[in-house]
Amino acid sequence: MLSGMDSGAKIAIRNLYKVFGVDPQRALKALKEEGLGKPELLERYNHVLGLQDINVDVKYGEITVIMGLSGSGKSTLIRHVNRLIDPTAGEIIFEGRDILGCSNEELRKIRREQMSMVFQNFALLPHKTVAENAALALEVRGFSRDEYIPEAEKWLDRVGLQGYAASHPHQLSGGMQQRVGIARALTSNADIMLMDEAFSALDPLIRTDMQDLLLELQQELQKTILFITHDLDEALKLADHLVILKDGRIIQQDEPQTILLEPSDPYIVDFVSDINRARVLRVRSVMDEIKPTGDINIAGEIDQEENLESIITLAQGDTRKTYLVMDGTRKVGILRMETLIKSLIPTEASDDGMRSH
Amino acid sequence: MATYDQVFSTLGLESWCKSAAEASSGPVSMADLLAQNAGTDMPLPSIWELPFPSMDALHESCEAFPQSRVLTKSIENGFLGIKDELSFFLDPLTQPLSWFLEGALWLFETTPWWLMIPVLLGLVLLVSQSGKLVVFVAACLLGLAFIDYYSFAVQTLAVIFVCASLCVVIGVPIGIAMSRSDRLQRAVIPILDMLQTLPPFVYLIPLIFLFSVTEPKLYGIAIILYAIVPVVRLTDLGIRLVDKDVIEAANAFGMTERQKLIKVQIPLALPNIMAGVNQTIMMSLSMVVIASLVSAPGLGVLVLRGIRNLELGVGLVAGLGIVILAVILDRTTKLALARINTSQD
Repeated sequence: MLSGMDSGAKIAIRNLYKVFGVDPQRALKALKEEGLGKPELLERYNHVLGLQDINVDVKYGEITVIMGLSGSGKSTLIRHVNRLIDPTAGEIIFEGRDILGCSNEELRKIRREQMSMVFQNFALLPHKTVAENAALALEVRGFSRDEYIPEAEKWLDRVGLQGYAASHPHQLSGGMQQRVGIARALTSNADIMLMDEAFSALDPLIRTDMQDLLLELQQELQKTILFITHDLDEALKLADHLVILKDGRIIQQDEPQTILLEPSDPYIVDFVSDINRARVLRVRSVMDEIKPTGDINIAGEIDQEENLESIITLAQGDTRKTYLVMDGTRKVGILRMETLIKSLIPTEASDDGMRSH
Repeated sequence: MATYDQVFSTLGLESWCKSAAEASSGPVSMADLLAQNAGTDMPLPSIWELPFPSMDALHESCEAFPQSRVLTKSIENGFLGIKDELSFFLDPLTQPLSWFLEGALWLFETTPWWLMIPVLLGLVLLVSQSGKLVVFVAACLLGLAFIDYYSFAVQTLAVIFVCASLCVVIGVPIGIAMSRSDRLQRAVIPILDMLQTLPPFVYLIPLIFLFSVTEPKLYGIAIILYAIVPVVRLTDLGIRLVDKDVIEAANAFGMTERQKLIKVQIPLALPNIMAGVNQTIMMSLSMVVIASLVSAPGLGVLVLRGIRNLELGVGLVAGLGIVILAVILDRTTKLALARINTSQD
């Protein structure tokens, strides 16, 4: 499965546009030439701008999260990757070739073997058992029942649904149904998982469980995941790379911590102001990269990937302590608790002007 | 003198009227004959009695103008003109229907009652999985047999069995095709509307011209045309109502159109399709009574006898027998439908 992979992008979305309406090409031309925005396009051409100049690299083995509120175009965007929706203009490069140039046959093969999808409303087949649902991709590919049922049961066990193989989806709770959805995606053995608001329909506690399950599976399986959500907490928790979408346009994309520390747009500042920063920020983002000198009283060693919340717990809330930051066995810097506390001050406090609206 | 003489004379068409009058003599109505015999010119009617300028009224002023009876006559002639060609195609095409009906009637009639009733009860049990219903059906069938209506009831069942099965076999594919093409749907829906609203007697008329009344396919076609509508409509509706999210999932996992239809759309549309089948069976039952006018066997014949010979008791009991059959068929198919529903949701 790893053949031909490099550290670069697994899926590269380039200059993607989507305009909904009767004559999208004409509207797109007007959009590009006259520089119209979403409201003008709707008013003057009666076309809806879905996506505008989207460029995203989905890197191999990472979770790329696309976050935006409803109407921002995030669900439209994820459906372009496996071409459930065709774009008006742009390219989607998957393993070096443009998906838009694929024939129906090639596209089906990609959907069957290389990309799987998890849906917000689960979209399970109500007349099939849980195991048959999980085995959908294999059944579609033409495997026999004797082959696909054991494979499906293996993944159902893995997502915590031991003993439910013979049940029907309506007998399961929402959280369990979505576990079936995830098992279905995993059984297909595709490297890419597209997750469209996969946890948004679940209760908060179950959602947290599912996020932990996903992270745990990801550690083990190293899939390339494109995850859509409207929940910033969820985005920050899962993302290796975070893309923030507003009105069909990307307004910032970066590592989650960078977005939190350096929001580039008032819209994002608004978003991040309610976030529990201690849980998201990691030691490496706030430490001082200096060699510890002899006169500092070091309270202990901490890993650079730990989040600030766990350090506060470790220090028992004592702001005078200083820790030595380690990257494995290498010393990379020091963290003063005072610095840590300062980093928890929300961005808006230091940037009054940005929240003037 | 007639009301609209003036119209033709101002248009300068008098000569055309006269010339045609000599050449042709259209059909004459009784009213005309009486008027001719009276031999007097009627006075011009007042404005309150002004007749609508219909074909007949205009004909009175101008002999060359066709009467409305010419219209119906020409439709009849037109139909008779293409009748032979139509029969040439339709006869062999519909011949299997006669065979099916004859075969089913023979099978249902020759099977002895002590075999037939248990088989029917077994079928009810298989479809409905309800012991209570089987007891009810047994009581009904034995009751009908006891009052000597068994053979008529069984004939009716045989006809419904064949016609409803054919409705499903023909109707479901049409419904599927309609659900996949908006254009086809737009074309077929008016036909379905017409079939559903046309009084059942009316489409017996051309069928009588096309086929011999002694052939079973005559009433077979009438029943199928009348009863096929709900199964077509509800198949189309059922497939169109399949959850879009599920269809999207099927697409996302790379199903072909065929796989989608067989593995997703038809199973999910099944409750609606079964509701259509239930309606189709009910409608064939009501049509089988009317079709007894064109020699369909069964309880309808007794109803007809009740009307013709004023045998009140025979007619009413036969009618009740039909109600009993309807209740049996309805309960059985409804229970099957309920089973599908619970397994899906």
